[in-house]
Amino acid sequence: MKLLEDFSIGLFFWQTLLFLALFFLLRKFAWKPILNAVNEREAGIKNALSEADNARKEMENLKSDNDKILKEARAERDAMIKDAREIKETMISEAKEEAKAQATKLIEQAKTTIQNEKLAAITDLKNQVADLSINIAEKVMKDELSNKDKQVALVEKMLGDIELN
Amino acid sequence: MQRKITIQTIALLLLLTSFTSYAKDDAPKGDKKSEIKEYIQHHLKDSYDFSLFSYTNDAGEHKYVGAPLPVILWDNGLKVFSSSKFHHGETVAEVDGNHYKLYHNKIYKTDAEGTINYNEEQHPTNVKPLDFSITKGVVMILITGLLMFFLFKSLAKSYAANGSIAKGAGRFFEPIVLYIRDDIAIPNIGEKKYMKYMPFLLTVFFFIWFLNIFGLTPLGVNVTGNIAVTTALALLTFLITNFTGTKDYWKHIFDPLGDSMPWYGKVPLYIILIPIEILGIFIKPFSLLIRLYANMQAGHIVLMSLIGLMFIFKSWIGSPLSFGLAFAISLIEVLVALLQAYIFTMLSALYFGFAAEEHDHHEEAHAH
Repeated sequence: MKLLEDFSIGLFFWQTLLFLALFFLLRKFAWKPILNAVNEREAGIKNALSEADNARKEMENLKSDNDKILKEARAERDAMIKDAREIKETMISEAKEEAKAQATKLIEQAKTTIQNEKLAAITDLKNQVADLSINIAEKVMKDELSNKDKQVALVEKMLGDIELN
Repeated sequence: MQRKITIQTIALLLLLTSFTSYAKDDAPKGDKKSEIKEYIQHHLKDSYDFSLFSYTNDAGEHKYVGAPLPVILWDNGLKVFSSSKFHHGETVAEVDGNHYKLYHNKIYKTDAEGTINYNEEQHPTNVKPLDFSITKGVVMILITGLLMFFLFKSLAKSYAANGSIAKGAGRFFEPIVLYIRDDIAIPNIGEKKYMKYMPFLLTVFFFIWFLNIFGLTPLGVNVTGNIAVTTALALLTFLITNFTGTKDYWKHIFDPLGDSMPWYGKVPLYIILIPIEILGIFIKPFSLLIRLYANMQAGHIVLMSLIGLMFIFKSWIGSPLSFGLAFAISLIEVLVALLQAYIFTMLSALYFGFAAEEHDHHEEAHAH
């Protein structure tokens, strides 16, 4: 029972009073500001870390986007080059084709013209030859038929030709 | 449950070890020994003046070095006077026609001659007035309070001034504050409610720790080893626990088995269980107060006994040996000072955790 005898009401009273005063003062002026500051700081650090992480991810995304775009561009360029080449080739071949056709046509035309001209020339020549021979024949006839003897001789000769034919 | 049992076992062990060391010095033989024993007894108690040390001069006079403190008594009105009037128990103090005498560190009302009447058990029968004196312990509590207030206020200010980074002594104390938050409060109370209890836990931790450390200084104050101080602290834990107790906390006490059993099965069990649970409400803080008191008291007794042994041995072998032992023990006491503060805070947090717990009954019902 010495323990109870030693129990000092006064000390108990002062301890409770002073401790409560200390508790309320510290709560207001120390613990709340300290804990808030620490919590804020930690939240700030957490935020900064997550932001950095996000930024890194974004960078990665950007990079991969860039790569993708580059790849696409390259593919497009290749496709364009290929197209151009094809177009070029078709154009060349078409041109060739056309030229050939044109040439053939021209040649054909030239040939027909030549043929026509030739025919015309031949016809003309024939006509002229016919005219000439008629004229010659007329002159010869006139000359031949100027006397009777000659006319008879001619007739006879002609007759004789006919017989020969 | 497992955890509760281990903690109680540890508490019991701590208590037992404390009492075994308490029982060590019970042999008042020889003049020097009894003198030392009396000195230790005196040291363990609170005193009415702030004595630093005392010595006996060549003329055989007992001289005390220290400062007197105000004595405040309630004895048919407030009586305030300086403790120097007692002359360390040697004279009778006379205030407004009343006479008071210091006997075995207690103030008794006496007649003008300072007669103390004893009963057959050698206990004084004089009236003890209600005593609200500012004793050495109260002064140390005040000093510790002021120290803590300015220390942690400056820490709080340094955050604002220094961009959320602690400065100076705060660099040392901030990790401890964080440790109490992260390893004591949050695991025991939970993320949601710990903020409500943090101010008390921090205050109680630093208060006990600082006073324990002050007890190890040559100032020689034994505040945390005083049953009144530990009672006051444990009482606050008790009040906070029970006033912040949730419905689940009380349900756990008055209906510990819950819906797992029909009512006719619970009745015979509850005749035993509920008294135990109700007793538990009081035993928990009681173990806190006894543990802190006994540990600090025992530490002081062991330490001072070992120092006293030096004067008893007075030899080239014994004295250095006990000096070395006293040195080792005082190092351990520095650890104990921190450990007891930690245990008190930890267990308070644990009890607050019980009080603040909220079961998710809906979820539990699904789990069954």
